Amino acid sequence: MVKRRHLLGLRELEPLEILEILDSARSFREVLDRPIKKVPALRGITICNAFFEPSTRTRVSFELAAKRLSADVLNFATTGSSVSKGETLIDTVRNIEAMKVEMVVLRHGSSGAAQFLSTHVKANVVNAGDGQHEHPTQALLDLYTMREHLSRLQGIRVAIIGDVAHSRVARSNIWGLTKMGAKVVVCAPQTLLPPDIQSLGVKTSYRLEEALDGAQVVYLLRLQRERQDGGYLPSLREYARTFGLKVEHLEQLPPETLLMHPGPMNRGVEAENAVVDGHRSVILEQVTNGVAIRMAVLFLLWAGREGTPAVREMLREGSVG
Amino acid sequence: MDLVGGRVVDPDGPLNRREGLRIVDGRLVEPGDQADLESDLMIDLQGGLLTPGLSDMHVHLREPGYEDAETVATGLRAAARGGFTRVACMPNTNPPVDQRSVVELLLARAREACGVHLHPVGAVTRGLKSDDLTEMAELKEAGVTAVSNDGFPVFSSRTMRRAMEYAKTFDMLIISHAEDEGLKGDGVMNEGYWSTVLGLRGIPAAAEEIAVMRDIALSRLTGCRLHIAHVSTAGSVDAIRRAKAEGVPVTAETAPHYFTLTHAALQSYDANFKMNPPLRTERDVEAILQGIVDGTLDVIATDHAPHSQEKKEVELDQASFGIIGLETSLGLVMTHLLRPGRVGAEDLVRLMSQRAAKIMGWNSGHLRAGELAELTLIDPQATWTVDPELFASKSRNCPFGGWELQGRAALTVVEGRLVHWEKSRAEADSGLLVRAL
Repeated sequence: MVKRRHLLGLRELEPLEILEILDSARSFREVLDRPIKKVPALRGITICNAFFEPSTRTRVSFELAAKRLSADVLNFATTGSSVSKGETLIDTVRNIEAMKVEMVVLRHGSSGAAQFLSTHVKANVVNAGDGQHEHPTQALLDLYTMREHLSRLQGIRVAIIGDVAHSRVARSNIWGLTKMGAKVVVCAPQTLLPPDIQSLGVKTSYRLEEALDGAQVVYLLRLQRERQDGGYLPSLREYARTFGLKVEHLEQLPPETLLMHPGPMNRGVEAENAVVDGHRSVILEQVTNGVAIRMAVLFLLWAGREGTPAVREMLREGSVG
Repeated sequence: MDLVGGRVVDPDGPLNRREGLRIVDGRLVEPGDQADLESDLMIDLQGGLLTPGLSDMHVHLREPGYEDAETVATGLRAAARGGFTRVACMPNTNPPVDQRSVVELLLARAREACGVHLHPVGAVTRGLKSDDLTEMAELKEAGVTAVSNDGFPVFSSRTMRRAMEYAKTFDMLIISHAEDEGLKGDGVMNEGYWSTVLGLRGIPAAAEEIAVMRDIALSRLTGCRLHIAHVSTAGSVDAIRRAKAEGVPVTAETAPHYFTLTHAALQSYDANFKMNPPLRTERDVEAILQGIVDGTLDVIATDHAPHSQEKKEVELDQASFGIIGLETSLGLVMTHLLRPGRVGAEDLVRLMSQRAAKIMGWNSGHLRAGELAELTLIDPQATWTVDPELFASKSRNCPFGGWELQGRAALTVVEGRLVHWEKSRAEADSGLLVRAL
């Protein structure tokens, strides 16, 4: 990780790099429990959150992570595409960069936008979700949460339920989990499963009960309501009946099974209310862990810039926390 | 002008396998005739190939309407440099080629250009919409021999049927942009493993195959000559092979990118790999190669589709479809088909010159004494690195930048005139010697 300039996705990360991020995040997670939740790790560094797509929790999480590391944060948000504003993505971010920004956190509706950007700017680029491609920090916080509860990732059984076809979260999780040795099954109607998904090393199932069999993690994906209008589903009602998680499903699962969701959730569609609010749900923990993961990612990318005396000094002093 | 030392490649032609050619007053003469005349130019190509002028029956020149990407002048210059003496330009301009005045404009522009012949293809329907037929009789009078809605499928089967019946009345060829638009949806690349990994919306092979099969069925029904443009899938090749065996009057083309690249190229998210139909799988590439070798695919065209940098240097899903191809086609065919022995020099001439001429009804694709010289002199030994910055085309959307290719056009002659002469490179890289000017 410390050798990389950018975090674009989990597909290109080695298992050891993933472990390095998860381990670093544990240190930062402790920082978040301190009375003064701030370390000087990125003092003097400016990070731009460039959000070309609506997002609340990811942007706030990145902003908080940057601030906890003492970085200066610039928030840049626009709805719709950059092109619709008459300026290209490259021009927009080059302008931001000209203001001497060291890191860009990019959320964009186009798959590949972060990779595209990384070839055009000098700043470190962190992918905060690009189209249907990847959402690496979400998957890292998910892996972190699973590892904290189950104490390992190797060999655990994870069922990912829902709109895999349109989900960057699913893709990043699949890369991360399979690299770490987890067994993954994805479950949805065929309309919501992308072609050749098995080639990514997962099993597929059209039956919820089958997918849940022995699962230690049930990972529900957000079902976008427009899928019904797009002809992927006859109705949300039928989806909820066929693929929605119900209390009786949980009763069949091992006691340690976790319920996870990247949020925001459609209550009553992906799962019954009683399931969402039940004791197996670690959804809010995911949110907290997200800040620690993003602190780790920002710090490690910056620390990877060789020849930066301040960083070397910081690492020597162990001021990370 | 004397062209000596090169081998004439003109399958079934009277000069095939002769050494060298002589051009007097723009016309080919029998070698040995008029030997006493002083030649104004003598070019000695050792090991070179003298072929009938190459033809590209599928290019986009963007004029009128999109001159920032290409004009007739720059497009024909690119064609000359690629060894092409004739090109057919597709009608999806603005305004489209759906009336006589636009055909006349294009032909006038071509007369002012470098000399390469231009053959406008007319639209099948007015405004390239799927409603009313164009005035094909008048378009034919103006010089159009084929009609196509390239870039836009004729989505109504009923309209396509009527178009075929009407085109047949005037012996016009229908060139099909075979694509089920609804199934393509907002896809940007081939649907398969890589679209899943990259999170890009997919275009299934079936979107092409359904339309190929429909248009074959309509050709069978109407008897209209049908040409399937830019074939990219194994299923399309199969369907065309079966239709030909059955006697349906169908021909087909593919383009060099469909046998040199796969959908894996999109990993870079570089929009220069975004084309329509999209780059497909290894299996499809193999089927395309097989289709070329066994003659199912008659023609290699380029689908030269210039786009300005602003349309390509953006997020992939927002980028335009298409790549330029006029200046790389011959090199790609020689490097990836001829050199590995998949096709011979005579096949190359059929694929890149003769069959297109025959399908389009052009008086070209052969070398005969007494006719105006229209030929390409190919230097098969010239090795070169693709550098789009050096292209004559106005656009740079080429996915082959940096590729090493072997073989290029050293000389392009139209009506006895040199329209392209790679003098310095030819002299430096190969045995090409110019003895007198």
